[in-house]
Amino acid sequence: MCFLLPARLRAPTGLAVAAVTAAAAVALAWQVAVDGMIRHNLGGWDAPLGIGLYADGLSCVFLVLTGVVGLLVSVYARSFFSLPEEQEGATKLFWPLWLILWGALNGMFLSADLFNLYVTIEVVGLAAVALTVLSGRPPALVAGLRYLLAAIAGSMAYLMGVALIYGSVSALDLQVVAQSIEGGSSLRVAFGLMIAGLLVKTAVFPLHFWLPSAHSSAQAPVSAILSALVVKASFYLILRLWVDVFDGSVTVAAGQALGALGAAAVLWGSYQALRQRRLKLMVAHSTVGQIGYMFLLFPLITLAHQGGADAPWLIHAWTGGIYQALAHGLAKAAMFLAVGVFVLAVGSDDREATVDLVGRLPMTTFALALAGVSLIGLPPSGGFVAKWMLLKATFTSGQWWWAPVILIGSFLTAGYVFMVLRQAFAPTKTPIQLKPVPRAMEVTALLLGAAAILIGFRAEEVLFLLDVEAPFQEAVEAEEGGGL
Amino acid sequence: MIAGIETHQIYAVTAGLLFCMSLGGLFLCGHFFKKIIATKILGTAVFLLFISLGKRNAMEFADPVPQAMVITGIVVAVSAGAFALALARRIWRETGQSTFEDKP
Repeated sequence: MCFLLPARLRAPTGLAVAAVTAAAAVALAWQVAVDGMIRHNLGGWDAPLGIGLYADGLSCVFLVLTGVVGLLVSVYARSFFSLPEEQEGATKLFWPLWLILWGALNGMFLSADLFNLYVTIEVVGLAAVALTVLSGRPPALVAGLRYLLAAIAGSMAYLMGVALIYGSVSALDLQVVAQSIEGGSSLRVAFGLMIAGLLVKTAVFPLHFWLPSAHSSAQAPVSAILSALVVKASFYLILRLWVDVFDGSVTVAAGQALGALGAAAVLWGSYQALRQRRLKLMVAHSTVGQIGYMFLLFPLITLAHQGGADAPWLIHAWTGGIYQALAHGLAKAAMFLAVGVFVLAVGSDDREATVDLVGRLPMTTFALALAGVSLIGLPPSGGFVAKWMLLKATFTSGQWWWAPVILIGSFLTAGYVFMVLRQAFAPTKTPIQLKPVPRAMEVTALLLGAAAILIGFRAEEVLFLLDVEAPFQEAVEAEEGGGL
Repeated sequence: MIAGIETHQIYAVTAGLLFCMSLGGLFLCGHFFKKIIATKILGTAVFLLFISLGKRNAMEFADPVPQAMVITGIVVAVSAGAFALALARRIWRETGQSTFEDKP
């Protein structure tokens, strides 16, 4: 719809739609928190033939994350794209593409159907690539094509898995599949294909090759959206498949394999981030590392599940991983927006160019510092809660070998965050000419950074929402009472 | 027709082979255009598998659900392919580059 509007009207309309969508996400989360899980069958057709929408605690947490980040990024983007420097290329198309992307993300968090999920990840992928190449600069175009090819390969592998599952159980609805699934080689192949396809899209080491270039060559609001939300979407899908659908058939070895990939990603991504000279590349590599943390969730919950659903570390691992997704979403969005302000003001994204910015752009430097604190995992930030819970789960479950990875990753993160901050605090004699930056851009970056910290204080609400129809309770009930 | 093997099984095996071949092509070929063609073959492999599933349930008629999914999948694949081609052409025009390794 937004395509039809004249360019001048697009930003206000887009902003209004953004506000309404975010409000709807919060309202839905409230309803789920109060009334429990919601299932809506489109057109009144029941599963297995109909296509259902489904909202539980997990989907609501991600919906609200998308709503909050989306709204703030929209405010930022409105100022950003009205700047004269950012008018090249097809930036007029930002609003329609972003709203399509947002719609597809929401659709994905609410879908209860394997094929519908395929359609939404494909729409997310296409819209994300289109946003990446928006500036029309050659590096962005090349990065976009690389991203697009990786995304197509990933979603085709996922679709192949869907085909095999349909061949085995003749159903696509998540719950129906979960109930009628029984181990077997074709299901294992299907599961492997789906997870592998989604790993490409989530950019887990060593399949992250497309991420740094794509995320760093996009424009600032787009980078924030890609890093904070788009990679979370496929992470959500892996999580959903892992705990809801293939609950009974995942093995400890598969969990350990994902954990090993995650651990490698933590070390490699953080180390690469430390070595980058360009700010945006540094932040993009840091995304690779932080995604790795989320994947440490899988070995922990898998082992817990094999050893009985009441294993004490289960809830720590589960909430720790999801908390990491939330904290990283907020912090990384804040970081990309703050770096966007730096680049705009200084005119370069060299790491050394941020010298003495603390006095000139205090708000943005503060935002960057807050986001950095959450990424490192210093208390009392959201990142601290996430990493603390993961650490606790590694020790209580006896899988101590993940603990050093978490700690070393934190040190490396501290390394690159402080390198930027040291530069920003370093006084300089040479006068620097800074371009003026719209106030709204600084404020939104700061708000996101503050949210990444504050989420650490409001853990109870998030935990309560996550508890609504948590997948493990479901599994226990299904075993006891014969299904939902 | 080989004795004991149904047509739909041949389809399914072909789909598997095509899938592996196109993944190899996607990673090993350097040229953008070859990579895009590889993704198209990848899509075809998946759709072929879906179609072969229509026969599996030993019904009088083919199962319509996979066909519906293939139609949707084709629409998505066509637009993704068109987008990839447009990007590759734009890159070639702006930089003269046709593989990821070239330095512009």
